[in-house]
Amino acid sequence: MLYRTVGQFKTSYHADHALFPVKQDAWLLGLILLLAFVVLPATANEFVFKALLIPVLIYALASLGLNILTGYAGQLSLGTGAFMGVGAYACYKLITIFPEMNIVVAIALSGFFSAAVGMAFGLPSLRIKGFYLAIATLAAQFFLVWLFEKWAWLYNYNSSGAIQVPTLTMFGIPVVGPNATAIVQYYFVLVVVCLITWFSINITRGRIGRIWKAVRDMDIAAELVGINLMKAKLSAFAVSSYIVGIAGALFVFLWRGAAEPVLFDIQLSFRVLFIVIIGGMGSILGNYLGAILIVALPVIISAVPRAFGLPIGSAMAEHLNTMIVGATIIGFLILEPHGLARLWAIAREKLIIWPFPH
Amino acid sequence: MNSRPENLVVAAPDDGIPAGELLMDVRNVSLSFGGVKAITDISFNVRKGEIRAIIGPNGAGKTSMLNVINGFYTPQQGTIVFRGQERRSMKPHHAVRQGIARTFQNVALFKGMSTLDNIMAGRSVLMKRNLFWQMFWHGPALREEIEHREKVEEIIDFLEIEHIRRTPVGKLPYGLQKRVELGRALAMEPSLLLLDEPMAGMNLEEKEDMSRFIIDVNRQRGTTIALIEHDMGVVMDLSDRVVVLDYGKKIADDIPDVVKSDKHVIDAYLGVAH
Repeated sequence: MLYRTVGQFKTSYHADHALFPVKQDAWLLGLILLLAFVVLPATANEFVFKALLIPVLIYALASLGLNILTGYAGQLSLGTGAFMGVGAYACYKLITIFPEMNIVVAIALSGFFSAAVGMAFGLPSLRIKGFYLAIATLAAQFFLVWLFEKWAWLYNYNSSGAIQVPTLTMFGIPVVGPNATAIVQYYFVLVVVCLITWFSINITRGRIGRIWKAVRDMDIAAELVGINLMKAKLSAFAVSSYIVGIAGALFVFLWRGAAEPVLFDIQLSFRVLFIVIIGGMGSILGNYLGAILIVALPVIISAVPRAFGLPIGSAMAEHLNTMIVGATIIGFLILEPHGLARLWAIAREKLIIWPFPH
Repeated sequence: MNSRPENLVVAAPDDGIPAGELLMDVRNVSLSFGGVKAITDISFNVRKGEIRAIIGPNGAGKTSMLNVINGFYTPQQGTIVFRGQERRSMKPHHAVRQGIARTFQNVALFKGMSTLDNIMAGRSVLMKRNLFWQMFWHGPALREEIEHREKVEEIIDFLEIEHIRRTPVGKLPYGLQKRVELGRALAMEPSLLLLDEPMAGMNLEEKEDMSRFIIDVNRQRGTTIALIEHDMGVVMDLSDRVVVLDYGKKIADDIPDVVKSDKHVIDAYLGVAH
């Protein structure tokens, strides 16, 4: 009933090309934004910011990057973690070489470094696809993490081999570093993520997005409608790695506060890939749904039994988490390869025609 | 139908070649894969504004010929003159830029995309706005998008597929998929349209529809068409001239009436009515 779209006519293509042609979708988004910008910050405590809200946003951003490459352009990548690392290390080098640089500028620029690296490792995609490409990006994963470890210049030759985030301010407020408050960091991440999401929606529904999807669905036919495969694939690698790099910079600067190379290992790549699979390939919304599930699950597993007076050990909680995530992934791959986003799409379809069956 | 627009926006581009003059000239093309000769020394031409049929038994080299024309295969010998430019090899996306569009024997649509997006994808080459403008979906990018949307809607209207505009093409029945594929090819505004068995696997009604679309494209839009088809009734009715291939060689090239009674063609392909 609430989702009735009947009577919402479009009289111009301009109106039809609006971000949300259906009024209810716009209302829903407004509600979610209100929640994210006003309600959650007003009610959340330090733990919720640090353990739930900020990581959800950052993981959603990273998986949005991977989703553009895998879900939209059809190129499988297992190097997401390492590309995040490139963004983080680039940002670290930028602010240590130019201490005066604004953190926003530093983060925006660091994305270009990961975009360049991503394009370089995307070159094999011109020749190979599917599993073989995944193996090539796996090489990127191991090579880059090795580089983070061995190239001392990257972490300014400090003895620990890790990068430490200094305190940086914007308008006199500490945004990054040990003195920054969680709520400021949350707002910072939220704004960056919202902006990039909006850009991504626009890119994926326009000409470039159609080119990517054409390459994904049938690359030979794409070539024969005049699409330059090389440009299409490399641009997907560039845009995807840019977003992933930004996510990596946020990951270290706005959340972890410090990072060592092992943080960007294959586990992180898999984590992001799982978010994409569970959330939904080729869906922007799916990244958020997947990230919420993957980030919130361990917190729920350790918190809920405690609330019922059943304390479980942290090792047990971790095992449970691994098992549930594994089962969920297998379940989705078999039952609904398009993930949570498709479940929502089906539910929405049903809501629109409810109470009639079709 | 009655509501068909009179002034067509998506017409074949004016390339300065008057109707009836040579649009494409295939000169002594030979193509082989290893030891297998797919095409042997074939020459034929396509005149502006005509419907040209390529027929022949299975394995005669018809599809290979189309693949050579739109740059998918590079012939070992011979050249192709298209709109006055001579060439032997080119990348398929260059062929599209020169004005050659095609459809496939087995439908080659982008299955995960809607009908609208499939046809819009056909206009990718004609769209220019870069990533920066696309990011904001305002100003030039939006104007361009709407401008092309209008032309795509005209094609959708022309092919009578309004009702499936938003349907993912993977869910459409075969006949409609063929129609969407024709729409995608038309969206490229080609001067030469290559149709590889546009009526394969269709029932009589669908064939009649498709024939009507092909004739309309040819007459109203002035698009030159080269088609491969096995239904002889369709071929002989639709086409202005027919070239017949057999085992990679050309055995006849003339107007349908002459081809129909050609002894070689009857022996190789048409057979005799008993």
